[in-house]
Amino acid sequence: MENKTTILNLTEDEFVHSGTRACTGCGLSIVYRMGVKALGKDSILVVPPSCLTMLQGIYPVASAKLPSINVTFASTGAAATGVRAAMKALKKDNVNVVAWAGDGGTGDIGIQALSGACERGEDLIYICYDNEAYMNTGVQRSGTTPKGVLTTTTPIVGKLQEKKDIPAIIAAHGIDYVATASAAYPLDLYDKVKKATTLSGTKYIHVHTPCPPGWSFDTRYTIKIGKLAIKTGLFDLYEIENGAFQLTGPSKRLVGKERKPVTDYFNTQGRFKSLDEEMVKTVQDQVDAKWANY
Amino acid sequence: MHIIESGNAAAATGVKLARAQVIAAYPITPQTPLTEKLSEFVESKELDAEYILVESEHSAMAVCIAASTAGTRAFTATSANGLLYMSEQLHWAAGARLPIVMCVPNRGIGAPWTVWNDQQDTISQRDVGWIQIYANDHQQIIDSVIKAFRLAQTVSIPVMVCYDGYLLSHTYMPFDQPDQSKVDSFLPAFVPAHFLDPENPGNFNAITLPDVRPNSDGIAPGYIEIRSNLHEDLRAALDTYIDIDKEFEKEFGRGGNPLVEEYECDDADFVAVCIGSLSYQLRDVIDIMRNDGVKIGVMGVQMYRPFPDKVIVDALSGKKCAIVFEKALSYGNQGALYGDIKSALYNSDKRPFVHNYLLGLGGREIKTQQLLDALTESCTSPETIGDTPRWIGLKL
Repeated sequence: MENKTTILNLTEDEFVHSGTRACTGCGLSIVYRMGVKALGKDSILVVPPSCLTMLQGIYPVASAKLPSINVTFASTGAAATGVRAAMKALKKDNVNVVAWAGDGGTGDIGIQALSGACERGEDLIYICYDNEAYMNTGVQRSGTTPKGVLTTTTPIVGKLQEKKDIPAIIAAHGIDYVATASAAYPLDLYDKVKKATTLSGTKYIHVHTPCPPGWSFDTRYTIKIGKLAIKTGLFDLYEIENGAFQLTGPSKRLVGKERKPVTDYFNTQGRFKSLDEEMVKTVQDQVDAKWANY
Repeated sequence: MHIIESGNAAAATGVKLARAQVIAAYPITPQTPLTEKLSEFVESKELDAEYILVESEHSAMAVCIAASTAGTRAFTATSANGLLYMSEQLHWAAGARLPIVMCVPNRGIGAPWTVWNDQQDTISQRDVGWIQIYANDHQQIIDSVIKAFRLAQTVSIPVMVCYDGYLLSHTYMPFDQPDQSKVDSFLPAFVPAHFLDPENPGNFNAITLPDVRPNSDGIAPGYIEIRSNLHEDLRAALDTYIDIDKEFEKEFGRGGNPLVEEYECDDADFVAVCIGSLSYQLRDVIDIMRNDGVKIGVMGVQMYRPFPDKVIVDALSGKKCAIVFEKALSYGNQGALYGDIKSALYNSDKRPFVHNYLLGLGGREIKTQQLLDALTESCTSPETIGDTPRWIGLKL
């Protein structure tokens, strides 16, 4: 990406009040703060039940200085469509309509409404913060929970199935912009959201979002663990613009270089402690095969 | 201007005249001709609206909820299982106090599948916090749609306009199409008190706690206060609708029976009660029985929620018997309307007997002779029929 934002020229505008209801070390609080900075004032958020519902405040307190509508779990993509339709009807063309949901709200219960919005090419930005389980309800497995992970509904053996590749599913709709980002690289996230505000049509940004209580790690390691997911090649940062895929930022710099072994990532989190050597090797092989194609 | 069109076309024309700004719809029989007609209006630019062809009924109501929260006049339509698929959203729209209007051509619910008429769909959604208006003919459909938009934005509560699938949705009848200019003066533009606005940000439908909370403005309500407000405002909507109906009558020359519609009830000893177009079919039976000297009338319940209990008690107190015909029931108990009417009459000191007949489910034909037989039996021995609902027209 050209004209990368740095800490020196990042806007000082803040749209989140200090002291939200997020947990200590919450990856989402970083993603949210940076995301709304990039969106700017003329934005309307659409939020289904998720950790963000809590972060945004309990009535009558609101943590953000942006208008937001809380909607039912399955309806985010359609509700965002409705906000955009109203903006069109009211001739308010300068507003960013932004759906902001968790991974379950996006890829499980919310996928129908999101798929419909993508197919219609609705002019909206959809941000999915992926903390890889149903965190707000107490760490139950979701479609995007990686294989082998311990959750409260996969408590002993771990999840048996692979992580659902939501950005690939969304990209298959042929929308103009799909990107991945990470809470550990907030300026990269900022630039991708900023870019999305300049594009028309449906824009989808999938953000890897470490969760200390859900992933069982100490609250000070959120950034470190987020970076390890990238540096081990488990989660890749990329953009798909008009169908053209390219790795971006830290992931792009990894091409042709030696990546850290996936065990470096697994060992930092309690949720992976049921993984045996064979499973670790399988994952390492999968990552190596994926990167052989980059 | 009088035209001859289907009930669905009457509804669509009402929506056009009401200048809906955002429409969302997903096809389901027998609603489809309504939404197809709206597609024609929008594509031909007769109606300047954003029309979203969504991928489900749940999403149709999501679009309406969001568009209404953003300050626009929103409309959708559905039937049967489509209505049930959006049930969660119905509660949400009412709780969020949004003036959405929805038409529901009534249809039975699967399983087993049926596409034909009964009223189990909307009756089963009576507790979601919406206003429910039932139209008995094409004129009432178009008029009710226009009045519904006015009522919804006056009381900030969503309104369902219900009419019998096929019997009204797909039949053709003449009706008067009101002048656009008159509708415009009757139905002013929707000006929301609160809406999604970057210049004045707010967090809509945020999570509440069991108790009230202090706020910079005083004490903010908890969930129970917010829900109690919805109930009280629904009750007050009965009088509001009477006033709106009076205004409508003044402007258009039609109306006068917004809550219930009575026929030959003034001197009646017996009153048949029902919801929907069946009340007009029953008029023929009433005429036959009156010819035979039976003092009987029929009352169609036009507004079912909020329930016009006082009007119904006034109409039925002192009668010998009220005979409630229903195309829906609360399974395992009795007809829902029957229960409501008995409950309303409990405190009357001149309680009539009340009978319950269930009929017409899944589009089973309702024959005039069957209605005549049932009413004759109820009028002949009102004290012995009892409290158990009786089925009409079962063949096995």
